[in-house]
Amino acid sequence: MSECYDFAIIGAGPAGMAAAITAAELGLRTAVLDEQEAPGGQIYRAIERVTQNHPRRLAILGDDYAAGLALVRAFRACSADYLPGSTVWQVEQPLGILYSARGKSRRLRSRRTLIATGAMERPMPLAGWTLPGVMTAGAAQIALKSAGAVPQGRVVLVGCGPLLLLLAWQLLQADVRVCAIVDTSTSGARRRAARHLPSALMAPGHVGKGLRYIRMLREAGIPMLNHVENVQLNGKERVQEVVVTHGGKDERLGADVVLLHQGLVPNANLGWALRCEHGWNEAQRCFVPRTDAWGLASLDEFQFAGDCAGIGGAHAAEQTGRLAALEAAHRLARIDRAERDARARAPLGALRRHRRIRPLLEALYRPGDRYVAPEQDDVIVCRCEEASAGDIRRTVALGCPGPNQMKAFVRCGMGPCQGRMCGLTVTELMAAARNVAPGDIGYYRIRPPIKPLALGELAALELE
Amino acid sequence: MFASLPDAAGPQVAVTVDGKTVAVPPGASVAAALLLAGAVPSRTTAVSAAPRAPYCMMGVCFECLVEIDGVAERQACMVTAAEGMRVRRTPRSSSIERS
Repeated sequence: MSECYDFAIIGAGPAGMAAAITAAELGLRTAVLDEQEAPGGQIYRAIERVTQNHPRRLAILGDDYAAGLALVRAFRACSADYLPGSTVWQVEQPLGILYSARGKSRRLRSRRTLIATGAMERPMPLAGWTLPGVMTAGAAQIALKSAGAVPQGRVVLVGCGPLLLLLAWQLLQADVRVCAIVDTSTSGARRRAARHLPSALMAPGHVGKGLRYIRMLREAGIPMLNHVENVQLNGKERVQEVVVTHGGKDERLGADVVLLHQGLVPNANLGWALRCEHGWNEAQRCFVPRTDAWGLASLDEFQFAGDCAGIGGAHAAEQTGRLAALEAAHRLARIDRAERDARARAPLGALRRHRRIRPLLEALYRPGDRYVAPEQDDVIVCRCEEASAGDIRRTVALGCPGPNQMKAFVRCGMGPCQGRMCGLTVTELMAAARNVAPGDIGYYRIRPPIKPLALGELAALELE
Repeated sequence: MFASLPDAAGPQVAVTVDGKTVAVPPGASVAAALLLAGAVPSRTTAVSAAPRAPYCMMGVCFECLVEIDGVAERQACMVTAAEGMRVRRTPRSSSIERS
């Protein structure tokens, strides 16, 4: 219980795994805590099992997924202590990392800590998005990766972003008929994105891959509805139809499963709970923790790597994980500055190459205002407490300056998800209503435990 | 609502959802079992008794709360289905009394 690691890593996705491999190589006593039962994060979820037992599923998921196996194998082979099934619910100094595993709370101490908690999907508050049958695109991917389960019946994809196209392509490989892709990207996005194309073409493989997916979806005859003005989901016990407004007219699409996606945002509750400084990233339309090139946070012993520090994708995440581990080893006096810099050359170069795609993607798939801050008052924003966009705007009219005053009036953000599904929507709504920048509105004050915890489990925590 | 790919055949894990046996591939979460069994809605909300079902499948949305082996309000997407597991859908989140 009292042993202290040099380096603790929270999250076993690409960033966490790469950081662990590098740190272990440099002789740091390293521990990796991860919520899942197997390494890979969301992107390489179940990669070992799928590679071994399910060749068809591996082919459906595609080469980028399959390529994750090499990193997972290297992670398994490294000397870091890997603690799967471990849900971190509180981190603080000097207490350490408090986490729950197999129904028991435990504590782990470390000299330095890397937060590599990845991304989650940006909330997409449409009318009817709480109906059963409406899920995120990522959820469908997870069902496919971990259970070989694919949506049945009439499947409609709504939103914008590379993941939506990738999922459509994967479902096509799995012989699932996608009835339509409803594209919510803003008009003029292509024009604004065009100037980033030369840079994007220097990023290895990305543009060609995207164009290939689009071509194959076209050839398969999957209808794409562009320049959409509004989307509404209708149903009683389950979703039954998608109503798409374009050209001033409503088009009704029957649907059994609707999959939403409008980009990824950092899975950030741990950093907020630690009171790490965050800033608004306008290009990514979300808050990101303030970090330097090595992932150093505003609090000395903490670092961020991967998508939780700003969305960059799996390849970039891997490189930021390496860089964070090098800096940790340097701070712990395991390597000097010259060695850190020499070892950082390759990951820095790779990181630069992979990041060249981001400006294009951020411009092309920038979520539209109406999809991040619903205009209709009755659209639910907080799924847990069923607070609506109108409820939040009314608190602004009452004089609430930000989310933390607002929630006292309408309970928005106070349910079990602890603001994960409404936080960014609330910031955007209040910013629009007050006509100030989202960064000036701020975010919820997130408090531990960041995952619900049984009281008995908390009481049984032994702190020697 | 969801179906298994043909390659998911092979040894299965049997769980019960509201007493009904559901066979799911090993490694599937309880939330995936709910989707495969069509056990949707999987709960109704405490505020308005609105129907809900798994949404994110990765532990962030808390929509898939069900009772698993007698323990209420568990995140079905974060629990791997195990042989003999008893899952009960939550008719109405009753743990909080609201006036």
